[in-house]
Parts: sequence; C-alpha cells; structure tokens
Amino acid sequence: MQTTTHKRPKRTGRGASFIRNFKRDWQLWLLMLPPLAYLLIFDYGPMYGAQIAFRDYRARSGIWNSQWVGLQWFRKFFTSYNFRSIFTNTLVLSLYSVVVSFVLAVGLALLLNTIRSARFRKFTQTITYIPHFISVVVLVAIVNQIFNPVNGLYGALFRLFGGEGYPYDFRGMDTAFRHIYVWSGVWQNLGWDTIIYTAALASVSQDHHEAAMIDGASRWKRVIHVDLPTILPTAMIMLIMKFGRVMTIGFEKVYLLQTRLNETVSEVISTYVYKVGMGSGHAFSYGTAIGLFNSAVNCILLITVNWISKRMSDREVSLF
Amino acid sequence: MKRKKRANAIGLCTEDRIMYAVVYVLMGLLIVVIAYPLVYVVSCSFSSGNAVSAGRVLLWPVEFSLTGYRIVFNYKQVWTGYYNTIFYTVTATALNVVLTTMAAYPLSRKNFQGRKLCMTLFMVTMFFSGGIIPSYILKTQLHIVNTRWAILLTGSISVYNMVVMRTFFQNSIPGDLLEAARLDGISDIGYLLRIVIPLSKAVFAVITLYYAVAHWNSYFNAMMYLRDRNLYPLQLVLRDILNAANVDLSQISDPEILRQLSGASDVMRYSLIVISTVPMMAAYPIVQKYFKQGVMIGSVKG
Repeated sequence: MQTTTHKRPKRTGRGASFIRNFKRDWQLWLLMLPPLAYLLIFDYGPMYGAQIAFRDYRARSGIWNSQWVGLQWFRKFFTSYNFRSIFTNTLVLSLYSVVVSFVLAVGLALLLNTIRSARFRKFTQTITYIPHFISVVVLVAIVNQIFNPVNGLYGALFRLFGGEGYPYDFRGMDTAFRHIYVWSGVWQNLGWDTIIYTAALASVSQDHHEAAMIDGASRWKRVIHVDLPTILPTAMIMLIMKFGRVMTIGFEKVYLLQTRLNETVSEVISTYVYKVGMGSGHAFSYGTAIGLFNSAVNCILLITVNWISKRMSDREVSLF
Repeated sequence: MKRKKRANAIGLCTEDRIMYAVVYVLMGLLIVVIAYPLVYVVSCSFSSGNAVSAGRVLLWPVEFSLTGYRIVFNYKQVWTGYYNTIFYTVTATALNVVLTTMAAYPLSRKNFQGRKLCMTLFMVTMFFSGGIIPSYILKTQLHIVNTRWAILLTGSISVYNMVVMRTFFQNSIPGDLLEAARLDGISDIGYLLRIVIPLSKAVFAVITLYYAVAHWNSYFNAMMYLRDRNLYPLQLVLRDILNAANVDLSQISDPEILRQLSGASDVMRYSLIVISTVPMMAAYPIVQKYFKQGVMIGSVKG
C-alpha cells in the first residue's frame, strides 16, 4: 500500500524526469545501443520467427504469408514413434552426466584440498585442467583412435597383457554410447569443474580446523565435518542449476559420437531438430516446433530451479 | 603459514598417515589417467606410421619421425582452415569483448535508468530462445548465410559472461572513484575507458579466454551456416578428415591391408590433433595468474 502511494506523485513528472535522466545518462545509453541492437535482431528476431512452428512455412511465401496450422506440428511430434525415445535419451544422458560429474568434482575438490604440498596440488590441478581446452572434434577423434582395437592404445594394451588378435570394438555401439559420452566428459572437465569448489574451500577458516584438531579429529573427519559443510551450499546451488539445464544437452559431442548403430540411444532433441530442419527434408516448421517445445520445457525447468536456489540462498543469508 | 605447519605436524596420527597415503595414490592415478592419453597422442604424432599401425607405441615415440607433420603441412585444406579459425577467433573475440563491455558497464551503474529493462531483455534470452531454425531463416533473409558474417554475428554476447563482468565492475571498483572522476569533469565513456577498464584486467583476461576458446573449438555454427569450403574453420576441416577416414577404412575387412593403409593416415591424424590443440593450451598459462581473481570476484552474486 505504502509503495503505491509513494509512487503516484512521481508518475506525473515521469516524462520530465526521464528526459532529465537521459540527459545525464546519454553516454550510458550510447554504450548500450549496439549490444541492445544485436540482442533485438539476433536473439529476439528468431523468437519472433519461431511463429513458423504454428504455420506451414514455405520459403517462397515467407514467414508472414505461410498458412496457420495451429498445433499440427506439435501433435505430429508427440505422436511420432520416436518421441518417447528421444525424450528419454535426452534426459538419461543429461542426468547420468550431471550426477557423475557433480559427485566426482566435489570429491576431487575435497581431496585436492587435503594435499599439504602446495606444489603437488598445483601440479595436479594444472594437469587436470589441460583437457578442458581440447575441442569436441579432437576429443571424439582421440576416443576413436585410442579405442581402436587394431592400432589404438586399447588394442595395444590388450595384446600387451596377453590377449590374442583384436579385442571387441565397442566404438559406435549402442551399449557403450552413454558411457563413452559421460566418461570422456569426466576426463575432459573434471579438473575444470573443481575450480568453483576449490575457491569455496579456500574460505574455510583455519580456526575451525584447529578447533577440530584440539578435539582430536583426524584429517578425514575434518574433511567430512569441516570442509564438506563449507562447500555444501555452493555445491547444492551448482547442482540445482545443472538440473535446470538437463534438457539443453550439447549438440556437438552427441552428433559426433552418433553412428547408425547407436542411434536408438544417441538421438537427443538437439540432434533431431538439426536433422529434421537442416537435413534433406528441410522441414523448417516441424523442426522449429520441436525446438520450441524443448525451449518451453527448459524455460519451466530454469524458472523452477532459479526459484529454489533463490530460496536456498535466502535461507543461507538469514542463517548468518 | 608456520603456525599451520606446526598444527599439522601435531595432528599427524596413524589414521592421518593412511588418509594421506590414500589421497596421494588416488591423485597419482588421476594424473596418470588424465595425462597418459595426452602423452600417447603426442608420442604417436612423432612416431613412424608402421609403429603406430602395429600398435607398438605405448608411451614414448617409436621410430621417431615427422611424417605426420609433413603430411599435415602439405595439406592445403588444413592451412585454409587454420587461417580461417585464427581470423574468426581474433575478430569474433574482439567483437564479443567490446559488445559485452558496452552492455556490462551501463548495467553495473546502479542509477542507470534503463538498467532494469535492459537487464530483463538480456535475462530473457538465457531462459528462452527461438531455436536454430528461425536463426537460420533470419540469417538467410539478412543474406549472411555462407559468409564470414554468419560466424562473426552468432552468439556475440554471452549473457553469462556479461553478468560476470558487470558483477566484477560493481564489486571491485570503488564507487568513490566515479564521484572523484565526475569532479574532474570526466564523462561516462571517458571513465570507462580510462579508469574502469585498466582496473579490470583480471576479468578481461578471463572473459577473453572464455570467448576465444569457445570460438576456436566450435564447429556447429560453421556446419550450420557455411557451405563454401574455403570459409571452413579448422574444426570443421578436422571433423571431415578425422571422421571421413574412419568411415572409409571400416569398409575394409582384412586387418593387414587396413594396417598399411591406416599407418600414414593415423600418424597424420595424431599430428593434426596436436597442431590444432596447442594454441589454446598455450593460452591458458598466460591468463592463469588472473584466473582466480577474475572468476571468483565476478561470479559472487552482487
């Protein structure tokens, strides 16, 4: 109530105060202009164009003159035979990857923190950061080369330990796809993912450790009772944010790892949209509809997790 | 520091010794698991085709040779790709950093009138997007498909990076400086150029690295928007070479023929991997000293 009565008198002079503020801030607006223009054209433009999901888009007629078809494309997707598998694949692959990488990153950060030699700790960190800078094209190539049963490391080690001939080639197989995807990701990003936790651990005060030591707590007990609780709030927020992105699984790696043999588990929404829209069929409207559906699900997820994390961090604040 | 050491020495009981031993062993294993494939790739790239295809390389180069690199150096498409990637990375990163700064600075000013509206416009794009196909149609209408502009004008502002930069400006540049500068008659843009940017080296280093690595490593946008092979960035060239050879060779069933054929192409692939990856790995140590400061201050919510 109070705020409304407070605001009313201001409103009458709004135009004048806007002009006054603009005179003061015009350079800020000038700075803002190019990024804002970019945003409106290249981010909001496609949002406007996404209306073709409800039309039957023909390149010749353009967006405006293509016919409205309502929810036809959405219905087509939901009733198509592979809707369920694409949806599950996306979810399973994401969740598998989020859970594994989260647990390992927190664990590694805690262990790194116990290393007393600063030099060894730095060395370990640097080594684990390196793969982060490798591109997915190269990562997938490395995976394919190393697991080559004929002339890769996998074959060589197999023969070194007394194997005969060539081991089983599991590259491109449906049973191996998810594990290859997730564990190559762990190899690449485990070290990098610990950065935020390592930084949070740096804020643990030495007094807590000393107090625990006087009480006779071993280093391991201090990891569990001092270090872990310190990073738990950060970790929970990171985890929740990751859950918010489960439907936005990256296109690049999945697409490169995809083969005819593993399509049943490797087809996810982003790769499907690409194939439908940019493949030989050029089904622009259908592809856009699937993408829009994905965007909507994402949006709901993100809003939910944002709300949860805000509530969580509010509680944190009120605790102190 | 001394106090910490003494405290640790007192606390070192048997249980702790066991834990440290376990931690050191685990870390040792981790280092091996992460570093071994990298060393293996580099070693293979310096070995002879025969040694690689016979699987004789295990750790160090066998029958040291530069064949792989020689093939790569003679591969014209690789050099076009390399040049294109350098062009895209440098130009796009510069454009990205400039645009990000232009958005981040006004948004870091608490009394900037458009702050709320602009921030909302940016945040919405984090939650929702039109999708790849409407973007493609838009770029077709703008006639920039199959030109360098399609790459330069895609994903030019990462809202995440913008927020990191904005938070850095808010938290680590004292507000009094602005007042002082005002008294000296410095304009907003002058203040940004002469005071804010020189004081924000850390965040600029980090964000430049983020953008540059992303541009160097991505292939999706190029695959989406480019048809002309002369415009292909390195990653797309790599994808063609690394994947295409795979498909062809798998058609051959006799392992001995396969071996001879793949010897040279394998070594070449390893060399390609090394050549394409080294620049980004070399970039990290340069910005490393700014890293902790830049990331931490920037990501603390303000």
